[in-house]
Amino acid sequence: MNYRASVGKEQYSFVDLKEVLAKASPRRSADELAQIAAKSESERVAAKKVLADIPLRDFLRFPIIPGEEDDVTRLILDQHELAAFAPVASLTVGEFRDWLLSPSVQNDTLSALRRGLIPEMVAAVSKLMRNQDLVAVARKCEVITRFRNTIGLKGRLSVRLQPNHPTDHLQGIAASMLDGLLLGAGDAVIGVNPATDHPKNVRGILEFIEQVRLRYQIPTQSCVLSHVTTQIQLMREGAPVDLVFQSIGGTEGTNRSFGISLPMLREAREMALELKRFTLGSQVMYFETGQGSALSANAHHGVDAQTIEARAYAVAREFDPFLVNTVVGFIGPEYLYDGKQIIRAGLEDHFCGKLLGLPMGCDVCYTNHAEADGNDMDLLLLALGAAGCTYIMGVPGSDDIMLGYQSTGFHDALFLRNTLGLKPAPEFEQWLIQMGIFKTGTDLTEDKNPLLLDFFKNEASS
Amino acid sequence: MIWDELRKITQARVGLQRSGHALSTKALLELEESHALARDSIGAEWDSLPLELALAQKKIPYLSLQSAVEGSRRTYLQRPDLGRKLQRESRSILESLKLEGQKPRMGVCVSNGLSSFSVQRHSLPLVLGIAEGARKLGIDLAPVFLVPNGRVALGDEIGQLASLQWMVMLIGERPGLSSADSLGIYLTYEPRIGRTDAERNCISNVRPPDGLGYSQALSRLFYLIAQAQKIGATGVILKDESSETPQLPE
Repeated sequence: MNYRASVGKEQYSFVDLKEVLAKASPRRSADELAQIAAKSESERVAAKKVLADIPLRDFLRFPIIPGEEDDVTRLILDQHELAAFAPVASLTVGEFRDWLLSPSVQNDTLSALRRGLIPEMVAAVSKLMRNQDLVAVARKCEVITRFRNTIGLKGRLSVRLQPNHPTDHLQGIAASMLDGLLLGAGDAVIGVNPATDHPKNVRGILEFIEQVRLRYQIPTQSCVLSHVTTQIQLMREGAPVDLVFQSIGGTEGTNRSFGISLPMLREAREMALELKRFTLGSQVMYFETGQGSALSANAHHGVDAQTIEARAYAVAREFDPFLVNTVVGFIGPEYLYDGKQIIRAGLEDHFCGKLLGLPMGCDVCYTNHAEADGNDMDLLLLALGAAGCTYIMGVPGSDDIMLGYQSTGFHDALFLRNTLGLKPAPEFEQWLIQMGIFKTGTDLTEDKNPLLLDFFKNEASS
Repeated sequence: MIWDELRKITQARVGLQRSGHALSTKALLELEESHALARDSIGAEWDSLPLELALAQKKIPYLSLQSAVEGSRRTYLQRPDLGRKLQRESRSILESLKLEGQKPRMGVCVSNGLSSFSVQRHSLPLVLGIAEGARKLGIDLAPVFLVPNGRVALGDEIGQLASLQWMVMLIGERPGLSSADSLGIYLTYEPRIGRTDAERNCISNVRPPDGLGYSQALSRLFYLIAQAQKIGATGVILKDESSETPQLPE
């Protein structure tokens, strides 16, 4: 196939779909590092013009990574439902953008379409969208999941409480947990990234969170983000595993580099389901993703970082997850150079995840070697809030002292909830009010001694 | 107040003062101060002159080389592949340098990596300690390689060209908000192009007085060298049993 377009007086041609996708991508250091990015703005817009005229069904006919080489491609094609695809089957990528933005297309239409779309179609259309389009379409989608509470309802924003500590010191973790709970964080999950993956250590943290959750009857779920094989072992040994976590990628090779396979994830999910630790719904998986992981694993097949990222969402949705988030600015400037690139990638990932039916959250974050700061994160945070992002992270003062990067702080979540009128998950909102922490869905009581703090103080002194 | 107590058990920024829902001015400025220190450490070019003078004074030979990163720190940050390679001229210098000697040879490479502050502050005492330790073990030391804008794997190419048996890379680590000057030590047995990170051992967060001290770091390094010598390899197959209480090698 030969794809051509002219821009100004220049003619540009592209050999295949994956070249068009890569060159139509907004400028991004990951694609430049992989040497697949457009070499000029003219070439980029030529690729976008070509992309706009490509029929959506071509992505089914010409898989960008051959199925013989990659089990994620096979999964993607197996997931596809022709009947669900019907409403958009005759559209080009450009027409699909117009269709998505039209007022007649709302949540019911989009949720019926989920299984008709494959990640490549969604990634393709995102490349023709402005940031505001990514917000406008994502906010139409409602993806609701349940474990011990209900996540993703319209007008709600949840927060993962992330009380990491560099040595997994339980009192240190407790201090950050208390801080977060007192500022209304923790409805998505109380999730710790352990400093070491030793099963005994992971179990210790799980049991500690479990104890706090039961003691204060917090309607939430916990997770210690260790390797899935560690969690499988721990479930076998009877540890209190609520959500099973794993980092995933959009190609077989990326997943192999993470030391996982699709059957392994299936096994983990089945085990977690059997534990029946949930009360409201049976979504038991938690996945994290991020643009660039396939490049790190040298398993990108010449496909751009954002399209591979969207393919990871096919892996995620296979296992009916409770939570999924992109860790957008975590790796650093070799993948996303600055605030502009991080903001763009965060909005793309959220949009693609939602369109594919995922309870998509975002770790709005940056490293110190990226050309970014808190001001950039504020803008991404606001845009994601407007886009109906399912959840964000909550870290004391936005400074994760274990992972060494800046995420969003409890205060950032308060700001966003308050500014956009977004409440916590309903069950958790009730709990916050009972504990004297929140007055209404978005306001702190400003009580210097909420009930919860009294409990903690009594525990500490007893 | 409970937060004063809790701050003693964690460095996390818990219990910050609020203004409305936002951070108080004091808490905000503290955060910005930490970020500024980290940013400046990353952006700073490495002034290696003080290190060179000190090495010359101690009669420790050194050799300044260049990585393939030509130009700015921006290029360095965006092109990790270039930081893993030597510039052509530096390669020829190493190739023409006929390193003599029959005994196992060790190379020490110092690079500012992601934090110039870190090597400016911590590399000299470590290099001296390594030279001393190597002398005791009877391991010949190659000239200390000073290479700005390098990545860890740069040591593999240097090791290959100079036919080294050991490479000890001292490199500035990615600065966290509360650690702008952290240094990492990477030990690679038979450093050759194509080694993966799974084939090295790392001693991270060398940063006295807040992080690991020099003598602790050196003890752990020589413990690892002794263990690696037994099995003829470094990396994940080498279990660092010394992790909690590093012991000096006998």
